[in-house]
Amino acid sequence: MNALAQPPASSLESRRADVAGRLRECLPAGAVLVSAEDLRPYECDGLSAYRQTPLVAVLPATEAEAAAVLRVARETGTPVVARGSGTGLSGGALPLADGILLAMGKFNRILEVDPASRTARAQPGVRNAQITEAVAPHGLYYAPDPSSQIACSIGGNVAENSGGVHCLKYGLTVHNLQKVRGLTIEGDAVEIGSDALDAPGYDLLATVTGSEGLLVLLTEVTVKLLPKPQVAQVVLASFASVEDAGEAVAAVIGAGIVPAGLEMMDKLATAAVEDYVHAGYDLEAEAILLCESDGTAEEVAEEIGKITEVMRSAGSTGFRVSGSEAERLKFWSGRKTAFPAVGRISPDYYCIDGSIPRGAVSKVLRRIGELSTHYGLRCANVFHAGDGNLHPLILYDANVPGEFEKTEEFAGDILELSIEVGGTITGEHGVGIEKINQMCAQFRTAELEQFHAVKAAFDPPGLLNPGKAVPTLHRCAEYGRMRVSRGQLPHPDIPRF
Amino acid sequence: MSDFIAQTAERVREHAARKSPLRIRGGGTKDFLGASGAGEPLEVSSYTGIVAYEPRELVLTVRAGTRLADIERALAAEGQMLPFEPPRFGEAATIGGTVACNLSGPRRPFAGAARDFVLGARIVNGKGEDLSFGGRVIKNVAGYDVSRLMAGAFGTLGVLTELSFKVLPRPPAEATLAFEMDEAAMIEAVNRWAGQPLPLSATAWESGVLRVRLSGAASAVAAARAKLGGADVPDGGTYWLSLREQALPFFEGDAPLWRLSVAQTAGPLGLTMPQLVEWGGGQRWLRGDAELGPMRDAAQKARGHATRFRGGDRAGGVFHPLAPAIAKIHRRLKEAFDPAGVLNPGRMDNF
Repeated sequence: MNALAQPPASSLESRRADVAGRLRECLPAGAVLVSAEDLRPYECDGLSAYRQTPLVAVLPATEAEAAAVLRVARETGTPVVARGSGTGLSGGALPLADGILLAMGKFNRILEVDPASRTARAQPGVRNAQITEAVAPHGLYYAPDPSSQIACSIGGNVAENSGGVHCLKYGLTVHNLQKVRGLTIEGDAVEIGSDALDAPGYDLLATVTGSEGLLVLLTEVTVKLLPKPQVAQVVLASFASVEDAGEAVAAVIGAGIVPAGLEMMDKLATAAVEDYVHAGYDLEAEAILLCESDGTAEEVAEEIGKITEVMRSAGSTGFRVSGSEAERLKFWSGRKTAFPAVGRISPDYYCIDGSIPRGAVSKVLRRIGELSTHYGLRCANVFHAGDGNLHPLILYDANVPGEFEKTEEFAGDILELSIEVGGTITGEHGVGIEKINQMCAQFRTAELEQFHAVKAAFDPPGLLNPGKAVPTLHRCAEYGRMRVSRGQLPHPDIPRF
Repeated sequence: MSDFIAQTAERVREHAARKSPLRIRGGGTKDFLGASGAGEPLEVSSYTGIVAYEPRELVLTVRAGTRLADIERALAAEGQMLPFEPPRFGEAATIGGTVACNLSGPRRPFAGAARDFVLGARIVNGKGEDLSFGGRVIKNVAGYDVSRLMAGAFGTLGVLTELSFKVLPRPPAEATLAFEMDEAAMIEAVNRWAGQPLPLSATAWESGVLRVRLSGAASAVAAARAKLGGADVPDGGTYWLSLREQALPFFEGDAPLWRLSVAQTAGPLGLTMPQLVEWGGGQRWLRGDAELGPMRDAAQKARGHATRFRGGDRAGGVFHPLAPAIAKIHRRLKEAFDPAGVLNPGRMDNF
């Protein structure tokens, strides 16, 4: 299904020939792809329910080549969608039918590791985990660790402001960046951020981080590195109800502990992973928590003592503390493979990314259960409990007519529920094309207009990834009519809070 | 909408219509900082109070006119803190002014700056629109990060009205150690230590003495103390508070105060002026009359930027000049938020 409107085929073909011809003048042979077969690998990112063939795909290898692509785009008025590893979960790298797909895969080198200043400078196509591997000999690592870290690119991480399971203690991508280099659509090379702890002027680094490719094309990323903690240990605790587990999460934070990671999984999710990787999870539990402590040996011993005490008094029905690094990794293996594990018990699944205040966890999970019954679709819950980021996985079968549409509606309800309790529609996956309609529910007209004005400050012709991340006011008007047409309140059979 | 926000929005709209500048003013404790702005005062210190504070969420929402002292008292009662250790420079200091100036204290290199802890901002932009960005959750990537853009924008993009922060528990134990070493040795040492898993929370060097603060679990602080050696500083807390508030003898007198924010590993600047180095080598304070040019050159050589922080002639420029392509984006952003140019015009030199 195509998310964006299609231009007529004949004009598209002549445009393709024109744009490809100009691109071939400035890029090496083989770096410009136009055939249907060559374009197929680029037709979707990690959100494979949305597919679109681009007009042209290009694979520049240098900043000068990337600049040439942007010049052609500017001169021909052709939109540009940048793509890293294509692991994004919101369709941010979904091509446009009349646009250039700019694949950054050849920007795959780590340019510099400076152990003294604890920084690494990398091209945007470098994989997240590759940085940590490269700096490990210096006792350093790059903290943000999205689940896709073995595949996802650092450029994509900056575009999405990616998180991971250690955000409460170590922050998101935005907290771990030193500076970036990029190209504007107008052809300027810009250095954003600095080698110091701050830069003069406005905080453009924060603005560009998480901007989903709408503001600049990144060509270099300098990340901050942290000393690798000496020790890490994890507590695996079982609970008789999701509410009890939610209460335990609040109690851990309330006890003055900032765990390195704090994750929750419900019964359906644990059953799926246990069958897949045998992580040793308690199958009787309604919910389990994984709570990690890291730091010096003394710190961890002290903190693990406190965590087990809190878990016990919060009514944990049983807990285990990892006794070795192997056991710690085994406990985590279940959480880290939750998505593929759920993929084994259902033909398809749809991942949600709402973020909510931790205090609303029980309410929200209960309501998701009710919605699950209402739609007749199973839902497994995986939750970055420490920072309030929910990942409900809706199980569906795309081959059953109407089931995907029902799933999208279910997903939309969960996102609007997240807004209702004071949260947000996306914690770390980005808006992309997937949540563009829900942006209309989260922001008011004047706020959306302000976002468009920010984009215009960086990209006056509006050619960088247009149509993603921030909806047009027209689109919101359409969406508003659609929601109202379903009745005053969606699902009157469900109690609202 | 609260009366205050409605009135502020109305006032901004009036001024925008007349293209008449407004000078946003909270507690008035940061009047010395930034280029001197023109305009009729827009008083914002009356909009005070904690909107929401749930210690177990680690999230605080406050009205921007709330005094830092009041906020820190409320947090301390729950054993929590603003991790960026903001200086006040006067009891009347407000949280809005702190964020507008992106002011952070000694803990900054190890915990993060004010901008790192901002989760959400409600603002009135230069068109007099009441807008909310970000929110009250730790992870949030919906829309551009306008809240963090407000940090350090000196009110030139919007009047801050409400702010949300991530807060953290106070460390259970703290200790301060002192070492005698020269500047070059100090820069090497603080960077080497920062690359090791040690509970560092501040460093400061002046007159051949490096002071280091350790914060964390009692056991971790004790272990780091044993590892690093150095002499125990019994009144460490007082020292760091005086450093944060620029109340140390180094900061006394009327000589201009320069702030050079540079690469933490950059070697000694070689300027013949009194110097205090903190932030693991990243923030270097210098005293004395000097021309802008040489100070900017020195900062640039050290891969950073220079600010005329306090005193001296502010008319000639306070902040480091921007690269032309970056300045272009700044001009357009200012235009995007404040098309009539009425919010603190000139406070950031050209913006």
